[in-house]
Amino acid sequence: MAREATSAAEAVARRSYGKLVAFLAARMGDVEAAEDALSEAFAAALTDWDAGGIPDNPEGWLVTVARRRAVDATRRRRSGEAAIPHLQLIAEELAEELADAASDPSMPDHRLALMFACAHPAIDPGIRAPLILQTILGFDAATIGSAFLVSPAAMGQRLARAKSKIRQAGIPFRVPERADLRERLAAVLEAIYAAFAEGWSDPAGTEIRRRDLAEEAIWLGRLVASLLPDEPEAIGLLALMLHAEARRGARRNAAGDYVPLAEQDPALWDENLIAEAETLLTAASRMGAIDRYQLEAAVQSAHAVRRSTGRADWAAIKRLYDALEQITGSPVVAINRAIAMAETDGPAAGLAALATLEGDGRLSQYQPYWAARAALLASAGDIDAADMAYEQAIGLERDPAVRRFLQHRRAAMRD
Amino acid sequence: MQYLLLICGNEAGMQSATKAQTEQMIAAYGAYTEAMKTAGVMVGANRLKPSGSASTVRVADGKTKVLDGPYAETKEQLGGYYLIDVPDLDAALSWAARCPGAGVGTIEVRPIWTM
Repeated sequence: MAREATSAAEAVARRSYGKLVAFLAARMGDVEAAEDALSEAFAAALTDWDAGGIPDNPEGWLVTVARRRAVDATRRRRSGEAAIPHLQLIAEELAEELADAASDPSMPDHRLALMFACAHPAIDPGIRAPLILQTILGFDAATIGSAFLVSPAAMGQRLARAKSKIRQAGIPFRVPERADLRERLAAVLEAIYAAFAEGWSDPAGTEIRRRDLAEEAIWLGRLVASLLPDEPEAIGLLALMLHAEARRGARRNAAGDYVPLAEQDPALWDENLIAEAETLLTAASRMGAIDRYQLEAAVQSAHAVRRSTGRADWAAIKRLYDALEQITGSPVVAINRAIAMAETDGPAAGLAALATLEGDGRLSQYQPYWAARAALLASAGDIDAADMAYEQAIGLERDPAVRRFLQHRRAAMRD
Repeated sequence: MQYLLLICGNEAGMQSATKAQTEQMIAAYGAYTEAMKTAGVMVGANRLKPSGSASTVRVADGKTKVLDGPYAETKEQLGGYYLIDVPDLDAALSWAARCPGAGVGTIEVRPIWTM
């Protein structure tokens, strides 16, 4: 029945697409050719499995046919015209290969190698996350584009260019050596986190593609953590994402208003996700190589204690941001550190910390900077300056619910 | 795979280097070239004369136009190249990073066209 063949093919795609692309791409050194060949193999499966039954090892079947298609495609490209195959010979060879595939169920997992290729230093940082989403998860350019707020055509072009670079420049498909692993892994993790951050900026889930992006990023995080269980930063990133995801249900109230972290009801946080995150964070910290994602996860953890103690551990948060600032020198970290300082040492101290950022041109268009400034100025009693800062923050905020929240805070100052 | 390592550097800086600095650079390049030969990756290499010695040629409407000077007036100019044969980009990048020119200028790593 045609429907059985279709369901079988869809089931294989769901569980194995990334594995199949990775296996083929690693052999060919060419992501685009792998995707094309696999897509043709899936098309062939719909007719062949319908006529001849579903094979015992569908993944092996698909890979074998895809490799054939890829070889044919290369031959055609090289000869410049459709090569006239010796049909009988080709059919016999293919039958033999398929028989081999049926009896050998194992297919090595090259997904990690594929992710390292996508996040290679020679690939533009901005395209790494989209590349991983397309190759491992099979998302099309339009879906990825809408998640990252880029037109489908532009995203398609950039993805094509990146895959071309992989092929032309000979970017290798392998997990890096020990000496380079930490640094190269950081790029892979950053790409996954970039996808998560895009997905998490829509916590109400009103835009389906963006909400799914957070889930997909967590899936990728789980995959990397399972394939590299001795890498504390891979574990740390997963813990960080799970902590953030645990609070999804509390980030909007019933009316759809934005609820900041400090005002969220901990009863609405997902205790299972928090517990899992905590277990992972503890495991990571035992490996003795604390770095960026573990520190960020620890900050989340220090916020989460509010569910048992009634108050976030601000002293710990400040210390963690001190350490993060050393590692990243990021203005985002500096802003969060200033907010923590205001909690431990009072708003004036927080404002003084924030003042050191005044010269940084990047921040003039950065909403969280102005929102932080406004809140601190308001606590310090400088209403007029807070008012101006709120105006900046509101003007820069994309999310209407957050805008309403800021407007409300601004108006409440005068009460 | 073959890659061309294009060594770009600040010529003015090189002109104004002391004798000791120049000798040190020459020795460094000597060692680098030897290492490449020993590893069996070197296909070819040359130092180029300074960009002031360059000429550009264009042909348009059947007329040949020759101009004085390099292709582009940039702060860093092409000063030399290595042509290497290595398994993949990582290997090429690793050799590029070891090039003495990488510490003072920029190395472009370009794969050679294959049929």
